[in-house]
Amino acid sequence: MFYREAGDFKTSYAADNQTFPIRLDRYRYLAVLFAAFAVIPFVIDDYWANAIFVPFLIYAIAAIGLNILVGYCGQLSLGTGGFMAVGAYACYKLMTAFPDVNIVLHILGAGFVTAAVGVLFGLPSLRIKGFYLAVATLAAQFFLVWLFNKVPWFYNYSASGQINAPERTVAGIPVTGPNTEAWAQYLICLVFVVVLAWMARNLTRGTVGRSWMAIRDMDIAAEIIGVNPLKAKLTAFAVSSFYIGIAGALFFAVYLGAVEVGEAFGIQKSFLVLFMIIIGGLGSIFGSFAGAAFMVLLPVLLKNLLVGGMGWPTDLTAHLQLMIVGALIIVFLIAEPHGLAQLWRIGKEKLRLWPFPH
Amino acid sequence: MTEFLYAVEVMINGLMAGVLYALVALGFVLIFKASGIFNYAQGVLALFAALTLVGLQEGQIPFAHLINAMFGTELHHFGWHLPALLAILLTVGVMILLAIAIERFILKHLVNQEPIILFMATIGLAYFLEGLGDIMWGSEIKTLDVGLPQGGSFWIEEKTAVLGGDGFYGFFIDKLDIVAALVAAVLVIGLTVFSQYSKQGRALRAVADDHQAALSVGISLRFIWVLVWSIAGFVALVAGIMWGAKSGVQFSLSLIALKALPVLMLGGFTSIPGAIVGGLIIGVGEKLFEFTVSSSWFGDAFGFTMSATENWFAYVLALIFLVFRPQGLFGEKIIERV
Repeated sequence: MFYREAGDFKTSYAADNQTFPIRLDRYRYLAVLFAAFAVIPFVIDDYWANAIFVPFLIYAIAAIGLNILVGYCGQLSLGTGGFMAVGAYACYKLMTAFPDVNIVLHILGAGFVTAAVGVLFGLPSLRIKGFYLAVATLAAQFFLVWLFNKVPWFYNYSASGQINAPERTVAGIPVTGPNTEAWAQYLICLVFVVVLAWMARNLTRGTVGRSWMAIRDMDIAAEIIGVNPLKAKLTAFAVSSFYIGIAGALFFAVYLGAVEVGEAFGIQKSFLVLFMIIIGGLGSIFGSFAGAAFMVLLPVLLKNLLVGGMGWPTDLTAHLQLMIVGALIIVFLIAEPHGLAQLWRIGKEKLRLWPFPH
Repeated sequence: MTEFLYAVEVMINGLMAGVLYALVALGFVLIFKASGIFNYAQGVLALFAALTLVGLQEGQIPFAHLINAMFGTELHHFGWHLPALLAILLTVGVMILLAIAIERFILKHLVNQEPIILFMATIGLAYFLEGLGDIMWGSEIKTLDVGLPQGGSFWIEEKTAVLGGDGFYGFFIDKLDIVAALVAAVLVIGLTVFSQYSKQGRALRAVADDHQAALSVGISLRFIWVLVWSIAGFVALVAGIMWGAKSGVQFSLSLIALKALPVLMLGGFTSIPGAIVGGLIIGVGEKLFEFTVSSSWFGDAFGFTMSATENWFAYVLALIFLVFRPQGLFGEKIIERV
């Protein structure tokens, strides 16, 4: 009835090109932003921050990053965990080497380091395609994790082999280390998420994004119409790794505080983020958020339901969770290969026609 | 001289490990050839088969853990021990049922989807089977004993001891590895004969060549898929028995599947001999590499010890190799058209 373009007159080119052409969408977007910035920080407590909001925001960044590579550029990657580890260790080395510099710059620096590593491991993608490339990215995953485990320089020769985030502040408020308040953790992640998501949305609908999608749809054809595959593939790897590196840095510095590389950034993490973008929807920024929310919420819900509600042992619940996740992935692929984002799109389409669908 | 003999011993052991990789890789190749599906679940299939075999042999009650949690009962075992052969036959039956279920509930619905979607579906299947295996049979590490010979072969050790000087005691080779090599050889010959000379085997190759052409001459695609997943299940069972007898039936078994991926890349996704050769190259390569870098000056030069390189060597080798030959050693040449 009111969810439609009619009556929403565009008078300039910019207005015609905006991300949310429907007025209600714009209001919804602003309402979500308002709630995220002005409501949640005041009501959030440690449990909600640690169990849901902080991991959701961090995984959302990682999922957007991977979605750029897999969903937009079509280069299947299984090295997400390894790249997150690069972000975490780069952040750690920067934090300990330059203690006076602001943590935000460290996290951005970690992103750039990861982007460089990503480009390095992305180079073979010019020759190797499809599944062969997926396996090639496994090399990054296993090699990087091994490297951070074995070379003492990376963990500053600490006896435990772990890295621990020292306390750092933004505007006098600690955001890393044990004295961090829940809302500070949440807010710093939120700022990164909003800025990065906004960047990703605009990158993917511009020239760069279009060349990525051309490469995804058919790389030889794209080359013939003048897309430079070297440039497109490597920028996709760089941007994607930048996002994943920032997610890794936040995951280590803000969320966990102490990290053992094999445990936190193993191959399981690569698959987790991959599932997020499959369930959420390949090639969609909204899908990255939806997938991240889904995969973060599912274990929490199952745990509350089965362990808390029915008193089942935790190991059984963990196995059941594996089964449910596996089954859900299959069900999603069969019912809607394009994920939650497609369901959302269909829903909006229905809403536009409601109440007269013909 | 002794150094050299040790290197040879490492190489032989690498060959034997390579045979086991090749066994897992074989299952991948079969499914990829017949249906173009990159079956990530192959390793979990091996784990599931081994778990089922142990469970049946020990007379465990399936889902005992779940039933106990739901109804507060105390179920564990039926209280019988099946002979190994019977248990193996039953497990083959279970794997066939599983193949039928996979075809019925997953593949049938995903005909004509993009390869990446099918690949993701097999990842989902891998998770599902992993959880199912744990819930059915429990997640503790189990020993698998179907009467295969174990331990070093003294005969080989004695015979080869004369090669070196006083400090050399002959090659240490696990009997189980020799059995595995023999089984792998029999399996490859059997599969080749099956696909060359039997009616079903020919149908299978026809499907591998061209789905639509195969359909048009009256080959049932669904039957072929069940068949090929059953064979892959059987190969997974063999691999599961070998790995399980070597290092116990546990979750890490499914990670071996990941090791089979670089093997495949080296050999090419579509070639059965490629899977074997790739497995051997990776097996020997990673053992020799570890042997070389961990024993010499590398540690001093870089200031840290190079150990556990087996974690990544195979992948990096495959990556470097693929840059020069993108279709693998024996893979079909990739021809791209617009």
